[in-house]
Amino acid sequence: MADAMEQLYQQVILDHAREKHGFGLAPGAAGESFQVNPTCGDEVRLRVHLAEGTAAPVIERVSWEGLGCSISQASLSVLSDLVAGADVTRADQLTETFRALMAGRGQPLDAEREDLLGDAGAFVGVAKYPARIKCALLGWMALRDALAHALTEPSTVTPD
Amino acid sequence: MTTTAPASLTAAELSAIRDDFPLLERTVRGGRPLVYLDSAATSQKPECVTDAEQDFYLRRNAAVHRGAHQLAEEATEAYERARAAVAGLVGVGTGEIVWTKNATEAINLVAYAMSNATLGRGGEAAAALRLGPGDEIVVTEAEHHANLVPWQELCARTGATLRWLGVTDEGRIDVGTLGVINERTRLVAFAHASNVTGAIAPVTQIVAAARAVGALVLLDACQSVPHLPVDLRALDVDFAAFSGHKMLGPTGIGVLYGRADLLAAMPPFLTGGSMVEVVTMESTTYAPPPQRFEAGTQMVAQTVGLNAAADYLAELGMPALAAHEAELTEHLVRGVAGIDGVRVLGPTDATDRLAVVAFDVAGVHPHDVGQILDDAGIAIRVGHHCAQPVHRRLGVHASARASASIYTTHDEIETFLEHLAGVRSFFGLGGSRG
Repeated sequence: MADAMEQLYQQVILDHAREKHGFGLAPGAAGESFQVNPTCGDEVRLRVHLAEGTAAPVIERVSWEGLGCSISQASLSVLSDLVAGADVTRADQLTETFRALMAGRGQPLDAEREDLLGDAGAFVGVAKYPARIKCALLGWMALRDALAHALTEPSTVTPD
Repeated sequence: MTTTAPASLTAAELSAIRDDFPLLERTVRGGRPLVYLDSAATSQKPECVTDAEQDFYLRRNAAVHRGAHQLAEEATEAYERARAAVAGLVGVGTGEIVWTKNATEAINLVAYAMSNATLGRGGEAAAALRLGPGDEIVVTEAEHHANLVPWQELCARTGATLRWLGVTDEGRIDVGTLGVINERTRLVAFAHASNVTGAIAPVTQIVAAARAVGALVLLDACQSVPHLPVDLRALDVDFAAFSGHKMLGPTGIGVLYGRADLLAAMPPFLTGGSMVEVVTMESTTYAPPPQRFEAGTQMVAQTVGLNAAADYLAELGMPALAAHEAELTEHLVRGVAGIDGVRVLGPTDATDRLAVVAFDVAGVHPHDVGQILDDAGIAIRVGHHCAQPVHRRLGVHASARASASIYTTHDEIETFLEHLAGVRSFFGLGGSRG
């Protein structure tokens, strides 16, 4: 298979697509979001679980379930690793950095932002294929929405 | 009904056809020859179609059905000649063809005309089109959203009930469910051929069931008209909708066929200029069909392009083109079904079936299948193909789909099959051609 596909489907992406860190909805979430990609019908339900006893809100972890391509599933898996333990500012920073990577037409980010993204930097090749950017962003859109619910509607927590 | 199989295309004829489509010569993704297997989404265009549109704009452009100058006369003549060409291709009267912007609008036109009739528009002449609680509209589980959502909406507006014929495990309309059509059924709307399963509907049986209870029949002929000889009069349907861009013609032009007496009874959908007789500040009388349904400035260049496409198909001969495509269907269906880990979503025999083959690759999402094939220069469709219910029925969320047209070659299908066979191993799964 050609080099372009090796670059797009880097091993770390294929591994995450298989392992799906964070998969399986957990109870006790502070916020939830359901997102669909209408072009392909892919969908994800993602929950944000906040840590207890912190002064400012901190994401303990996210849990999710969804149907989608390897890019969307791997992106959710990587996201789950990245935002565990992050406060809201850092979660926003990660989201914005990942969006910048997707807007970069396949150009890598500077070293500092690359470091921030960790495994998510492997998605650089996705940005060369406009039709796939939505796949990679689906989970991040769900995170932003779920986090907004968690911070503004604390009464809508999912049951334990 | 033909009793002897018509001759297919010779290699020289197919090669000559391909020469008419400059796009087929291009390369994609770093110099790979294009293998275009997405004709069910939209067909490519022969040069005669783009030439006809260009010639119209450069030499004959004018608004139609208005103006007393020579250009207006010529443009009007071209516009009406196109209507005659399309009518001839599908075996109906010229006055029974209404131009729309696409097939979706054609179906909505009928739905909104029935809706308007229900509100009393069109008077007693349109009484047969009125709907209310207790009335039923029947579709099938295999419909494109364009032949489902307008009927859901019509039912919501009128209080009628939407029902549907089922689909078998192999993706054909389940004739065992024809009992859904009953004395309350007012309209049966179904696709001549599915854009997902490729299955050709049992039109005769469905029409007979509709006729037995006095229901109207609307045929979504988008997938059939470009690939089969279609005689709408012989099929005995009341309405049919199809699109220009799937039958080698331009985008922006669709076709509604309506039986003359029904069109005459129908109140308009879109209203405004060009579709009127007398307009006062209080009220308006409407032009006879088909102008009654063609409000506003029309897409004349597109009708001229579609005329060229219809002539092109007629000259090559639909029976010969259909025979070529039947061979492609056989090759495509057998080939896809023969790959380990790949399931055809639709009939696996080539009988009563088009070269539209949706499939599921075990363990690999359709988007990823499409991406790997695209890298080899092969264009297929991925997703739900505007038909979510039939995917749900067949137990998948989405699918990949390869579809052929008159210009598709066996070599292209072979290239596609070779690369499809390699998809699962790329993602670390087994799979090979059986």
